[in-house]
Amino acid sequence: VQSPGLLTTVQDLGRPGFGPIGVSASGAADPTALRIANRLVGNPENAAGLEMTLQGGHFLFPEGGMIALGGADFAGSCEDVGLAPWTSYEVGRGQVVRCGRSKGSARCYLSVRGGIGVPMILGSASTDVVAGLGGVEGRPLRRDDVLEIGAIPAANPHRTLHPDLWTLLRPRELFRVTGGPQAGWFTGESVATFYSSVYSVSAEANRMGLRLEGPALATTIATEMISEGVSLGCIQVPANGQPVILFVEQQTTGGYPKIANVIAADLPALGQLKPGDRIRFRQVDLREARELLYIQERWIASPGAYL
Amino acid sequence: VTPAFEPVFQPASDQALLIILGVEITLPVHHRVVQLLRAIEMERIQGVVNLHPAYCSLLIRFDSLRIGHGEIEARVRGLLKEMPADERAHARVVDIPVRYGGESGPDLNEVAELCGLTPPQVVDLHASVRYTVYFLGFVPGFAYMGQLPASLVVPRLPRPRTYVPAGSVAIANDHTAIYPMSTPGGWRVIGRTDVKLFDPSRHNLSLLQAGDEVRFCPIS
Repeated sequence: VQSPGLLTTVQDLGRPGFGPIGVSASGAADPTALRIANRLVGNPENAAGLEMTLQGGHFLFPEGGMIALGGADFAGSCEDVGLAPWTSYEVGRGQVVRCGRSKGSARCYLSVRGGIGVPMILGSASTDVVAGLGGVEGRPLRRDDVLEIGAIPAANPHRTLHPDLWTLLRPRELFRVTGGPQAGWFTGESVATFYSSVYSVSAEANRMGLRLEGPALATTIATEMISEGVSLGCIQVPANGQPVILFVEQQTTGGYPKIANVIAADLPALGQLKPGDRIRFRQVDLREARELLYIQERWIASPGAYL
Repeated sequence: VTPAFEPVFQPASDQALLIILGVEITLPVHHRVVQLLRAIEMERIQGVVNLHPAYCSLLIRFDSLRIGHGEIEARVRGLLKEMPADERAHARVVDIPVRYGGESGPDLNEVAELCGLTPPQVVDLHASVRYTVYFLGFVPGFAYMGQLPASLVVPRLPRPRTYVPAGSVAIANDHTAIYPMSTPGGWRVIGRTDVKLFDPSRHNLSLLQAGDEVRFCPIS
């Protein structure tokens, strides 16, 4: 690591299953981008890669290797040759991959054929910065860190992702949600406001949660409740009325009423939101949410998606 | 005796089902949550990816392409039916040695003042009861434990600390807890233990589990 960038961590698809002892699932903020970048270099989808945030890093490959960048365009280059997103490249011995400032959304993933070799903690390489678990000593990368290229068996790589699919991966403003467990606690007016307003992502947006700013929402019952388990992408409304979306390094329980929950198919796109971005919500039913996930999973796994 | 409260099944998201077993924090309701948690863990339902127990409820996260809300509800209803209604299994009791006060417990004197007690009385009271581990959260291995004796109920610190050392024994409202790792925190720290609460390299990752009972033992 010649320069780590703003906040770069080792991530795979996380460590779900430890909720009963308070361990957050963590994992890539935009798992779709990591999964596709992994497929491009022939890795299994859950191989560990690097998650860069807003500003990327510089990485020297003493032995060379095959890489792909996925997610936001961080103006990647290798020895002055531009690296297009969603495309695999061979990096020569001693060459440096440089990523810069994002040209668009929040996160860019660097996958390396073979994966990033870090110790597996509770079954995952994912860095949980809050708990100090996983990745490199449970922390973001620093200059002069040395990362091993892993030895996971890899399949045939692909050159690039079918251009028709790039549009599906564009950052989005509209997020589909299902009603939250306490949706009925909110005034009818607040529910209408929630679905008709544009919120903006505040400066406090990180892997734990995204605080939104916009019209305040009010409950008719109470502003706090007996803490209960909370799911990824739930939209909590604390007493100040400003919604907060819980994200990949979320706590496992929470005590604020939840008006809605982002659907599984749209969770990865949350990982591309950055402070100042606009966000709107539309309610769908459980069946539609499942269909949208099914369609998305089908194209990610489709051989025709990769050239 | 059958529980008066009928369980409520509520979709929390397209991939999560919330099961509410009561509307008040009581030991019998919590005991049922823990019973259900263990039963679901034993059942190993395909497609269930995570479980989030709390005081009166349990959240089940699942892969919606493998299983649905309805099927999980049916399976859980079956498990609830088989669960003994009023039988409290023997809880595991965990003893935690604690150095109270001084550098280990910087808030002990203020807590005593707020409660109108002397510091030794606070220590005696804190160590006088068995606490139930309701659930773990905040950070890995952080156990929310209750109930604190009524005379020790104090609010959180008005300004949370940016650094609370690992092993700190703290109280807030009617709860007590031990910080498993050094983190920011707003609970009032009255002591410290050398016991390691969370260790990913250990077989029992978290020393404490939901449903355990905990006793604090003062040491000097």
